[in-house]
Amino acid sequence: MLRYTLLRVLGAIPTLLLVVVLAFLMVHAAPGGPFDDERVLPVDVAANIQAAYHLDEPLPAQFARYLSGLLHGDLGPSYRYRDYTVAELIRSGFPLSLRLGVLAMALALLVGISSGIVAALRQGSMLDRMVMFFAVTGISIPVFVVAPLLVLLFAVNLQWLPAGWSGASGAAKYILPVITLALPQIAYIARLTRASMIDVLGTDFIRTARAQGLGTKVIIRVHAFKPAIMPVLSYLGPAIAAILTGSVVVEEVFGIPGLGQFFVRGALNRDYTLVLGIVIFYATLIIALNLAVDLLYGVIDPRVRQR
Amino acid sequence: MKTSAGLLLLILLLAIVGPWLSPNEYQATNFDAILQAPGTAGMHWFGTDDLGRDLFVRTLLGIRITLLVAVVASLVSLIIGVSYGAIAGYVGGRVDAVMMRFVDTLYALPFIFFVILLMVAFERNFLLIFVAIGAINWLDMARIVRGQTLSLREREFVDAARLTGVSSMRIIFRHIAPNLLGIVAVYVTLTIPQAILVESFLSFLGLGVQEPQTSLGALVDAGVNQMEGAAWMLLIPAALLALILLSFNFLGDALRDFFDARQSQ
Repeated sequence: MLRYTLLRVLGAIPTLLLVVVLAFLMVHAAPGGPFDDERVLPVDVAANIQAAYHLDEPLPAQFARYLSGLLHGDLGPSYRYRDYTVAELIRSGFPLSLRLGVLAMALALLVGISSGIVAALRQGSMLDRMVMFFAVTGISIPVFVVAPLLVLLFAVNLQWLPAGWSGASGAAKYILPVITLALPQIAYIARLTRASMIDVLGTDFIRTARAQGLGTKVIIRVHAFKPAIMPVLSYLGPAIAAILTGSVVVEEVFGIPGLGQFFVRGALNRDYTLVLGIVIFYATLIIALNLAVDLLYGVIDPRVRQR
Repeated sequence: MKTSAGLLLLILLLAIVGPWLSPNEYQATNFDAILQAPGTAGMHWFGTDDLGRDLFVRTLLGIRITLLVAVVASLVSLIIGVSYGAIAGYVGGRVDAVMMRFVDTLYALPFIFFVILLMVAFERNFLLIFVAIGAINWLDMARIVRGQTLSLREREFVDAARLTGVSSMRIIFRHIAPNLLGIVAVYVTLTIPQAILVESFLSFLGLGVQEPQTSLGALVDAGVNQMEGAAWMLLIPAALLALILLSFNFLGDALRDFFDARQSQ
């Protein structure tokens, strides 16, 4: 296990480095600088700004400066939010995004796995077909279509739930964003669980368990559950990435002051350092969580470690 | 499968000829007809937006651009994916291992964020949208093509070509690539909805197609801002986008099942 862990952790480092280099180059290879505006600045003012942000240095020097800052947790100053560093902005936005993401993930696992199991047990029934139809729909329709439709129905027309974030109080304001974020993942997880549960239920060891006279509940809980959710476990990595992407949309639609909103605002305002910092932060998060899922997989399924 | 294909053809036809059926222009504003509900008045069948522009024509224009971006982006991913996968599969050995390891590494990256980064750095360049979206979606294609090439490589006609002195590149692109056509076609049908998704996601955030041009994602975004009082601005493009995505996904799944069944025989 130690060898497996070590290999996995070491394997993540080149990926991280690739992310940083790629993101940095993309921003700096662009024609024009971050302070190119319609209003032309006097030459020495422009030069002063360039010098203040070290934009007058050669590219390798800028990269070295950025990388060394990164290792100290310093992502540089924001170009648009004056007097704030990128790290400060991330620290202020991330906790809220994290809370939404964790709630959505928990909901997706709970509903997705249970509806997948129920569908697998009643394969071909009306219920099963309903779950599968919902799954295809949920996978196909993007978050930015579902989110406004839910707002229109539950907040504008029925007025059961608050439409926005500011002004709304308590837990009610979490309901729509979390459901929106979880829906496509529920769909994926339900489909995955159903397929693998059907596979597992057809295997010999389940037939043996049945022959011993065990009830369906015991078979599912004790024998079938663990092998059946392995595909769900390996889907966790992509699911986390999808929830991060989705949270950008959800925060925009519901006006939630999280990291996603900073990201979109930064992108629209051409706040280079902020967008660069958030991309690196997101990428690091996704790589780290993928690593965690890999390690978890190794703990649960010893065969994986042999490879 | 027939329903989805028929529906897509119908939408495509409408997007191509539709704008000529209406007397209105997509960018013409009319401040006497702001936020007019769908109806026959002024021939605004889908109503008008907050600038009094005709939404029927704008929606069809949006479908056109959305489909155009999706098809071109899918072609980009097709070219990259097939070349990469075929070369890795044909050459094999250590080259193959390194090339596929690189694909695995790229899988872990949140590409959509990189596309946004590109959009920020290079302004909203129309051409760049095509290339960037295409560059995201080639990974699956590369994997599938590589797998197919690995088995095609062992076939007699490839041996024959090699014996007569045909170069490796020529074997890959003249003899192996045409045999990949079936499976590649299936995966393109599955890549198109993904490209649509990315394009409309970007346009929804205001980072994709720019005014006065529009796409379904941009129309949904505009609809969100007007949904209290002018729900049609949201509902019509949202429904069409959902319909297109569902149809492509159903069609792609059906084609894949059909192809898989034929292969296992």
